Amino acid sequence: MNYPKITKIKDIKKENSNVKTLFFDFPKKTHPGQFFMIWVPTIDEIPMSISYIENDVKGITFKRVGDSTNFLFELKVGDKLGIRGPYGNGFKIKGKKVLFVGGGTGIATLTPTVENAINKKILATVVLGAKNKSELFFEDRLNNYGVDLQISTDDGSKGFKGFTTDLAKELIVKEKFDSIITCGPEIMMKKLFDISKDISFQASLERYMKCGIGICGQCCVGKGLRVCEEGPVFDRKTLKNIEDFGIFKRDASGRKIKF
Amino acid sequence: MVNLTTKIATLNLMNPTILASGIMDEDAGSMERVYNCGAGAVVTKSIGLEPKKGYPNPTVVELENGILNAMGLPNPGINQYGNEIKVLKTLKIPVIGSIFGLNSKEFVEIANKMENYGANAIELNMSCPHAEGYGLEIGSDSKLVEEITLKVKESTKIPVFIKLSSNLPSVTEIAKSAENGGADGIVAINTVKAMKIDLELKIPVLSNKIGGYSGKAIKPIGIRCVYEISKSVDIPVIGVGGITTGEDALEYIMAGASAVQIGSAIYYRGIDVFKDICKEMETWMKEQGYCDISKLIGVAHE
Repeated sequence: MNYPKITKIKDIKKENSNVKTLFFDFPKKTHPGQFFMIWVPTIDEIPMSISYIENDVKGITFKRVGDSTNFLFELKVGDKLGIRGPYGNGFKIKGKKVLFVGGGTGIATLTPTVENAINKKILATVVLGAKNKSELFFEDRLNNYGVDLQISTDDGSKGFKGFTTDLAKELIVKEKFDSIITCGPEIMMKKLFDISKDISFQASLERYMKCGIGICGQCCVGKGLRVCEEGPVFDRKTLKNIEDFGIFKRDASGRKIKF
Repeated sequence: MVNLTTKIATLNLMNPTILASGIMDEDAGSMERVYNCGAGAVVTKSIGLEPKKGYPNPTVVELENGILNAMGLPNPGINQYGNEIKVLKTLKIPVIGSIFGLNSKEFVEIANKMENYGANAIELNMSCPHAEGYGLEIGSDSKLVEEITLKVKESTKIPVFIKLSSNLPSVTEIAKSAENGGADGIVAINTVKAMKIDLELKIPVLSNKIGGYSGKAIKPIGIRCVYEISKSVDIPVIGVGGITTGEDALEYIMAGASAVQIGSAIYYRGIDVFKDICKEMETWMKEQGYCDISKLIGVAHE
């Protein structure tokens, strides 16, 4: 039943000065790229990607940006949250050599899929991008998986200087990837979608969500595609027909907000 | 061949299943998808004059026998939503614009805009159980119901339906007020006022605390209301509340409904539920030797 299960925080990991991971027991099977609806009691209920899948223990990783995430950031081990899910479709790994592009906190969504790819002996190149060095996280985790890690920062404080899409473009020209998997700001994903032309492509979209179970329609894109149900991961063929992709999203009232 | 075509006021529908307000109706694309999945018409989410963001989450939670929600009438305002209506009009999808307001002046203003954007009919939300100053707070006052219906009818040419709540001492009294105001039909029922408290946290789950219950659990309540209303008024009734199967739809029709609205069943059976319900109605009718759905309307009264 789609009712929040009240769960105690089991462990907390600080990933950088503004990013934390909360771990909790969640025995139900989850697929990389799926998400939970996290009930922050008395504040809000928000969708959050699953960033760690360790058997019965799952994790969510977030940056403090608003009321809910600021509240979550201050929680201690043993504090309670409501969790329902997992929701959505998740990523499908295609081919033998995959390029992952994570912008900002998008890497939290991607990493379980990277882990999955490595377990399947697939060659993974990961572009990890952020505004600057201090905003990066999961660098050690990705290095431990043995991926080809490519860091980019907008200001050049670490790795490639420039946008993730600029670095990704160089890599796409230089090497032959069977598919691209991405999560990050939608403008970035749209740019990547355009420059990668006909390479197999999957992007995880983010929209304001309410029900998470495919009825309220708040998160619909294109012709009634529910990000919570048919998404959040969409492939190239589907994205081609979603005219909102990279153009606008909707706020809580349903008004269109340009990216 | 079984005939499912349905006429309500001036609306001619290919079948009696209509998308209920508040489900998959954020934009034209969603409603187009629902129409392509077999709905005879679609009702928009309830639209007001100005953008309204609604309540914070949790706004929806599934319970044992239904779904509890308190969205808080979120909508982008009639001016922006008008674009969605225009798209549906060009696609020739029958669309019923659901609207809410604080008073007759607001209802009239939004109704006029709905009509101008191209809605085929209007549904006045006088039954939302969880929005202060709106919905049920208006729909439980028979004088207000009559006045608002009258004013909207005077200023529009398209059919006007009034959506009522079951949370009333007398649904027939309010339905009669709507009929006296000139309503072209009654829609019954909206979600039923309800609450869920979480045992672990010892607080109501919904941020608004009180919400509206939908799904299977409320069907008998809806059936009773439609039965009572159709007995007391001469205008068509559209039945809504917990319809998940063709049998459920037929039960509403026998109670006196000319058409039915479907919402929560999308959660239980997917968007194709409109097609599925029509097929199930056809199968039952064939087995029972009925060839026209209209022959079944209100048979439970005979």
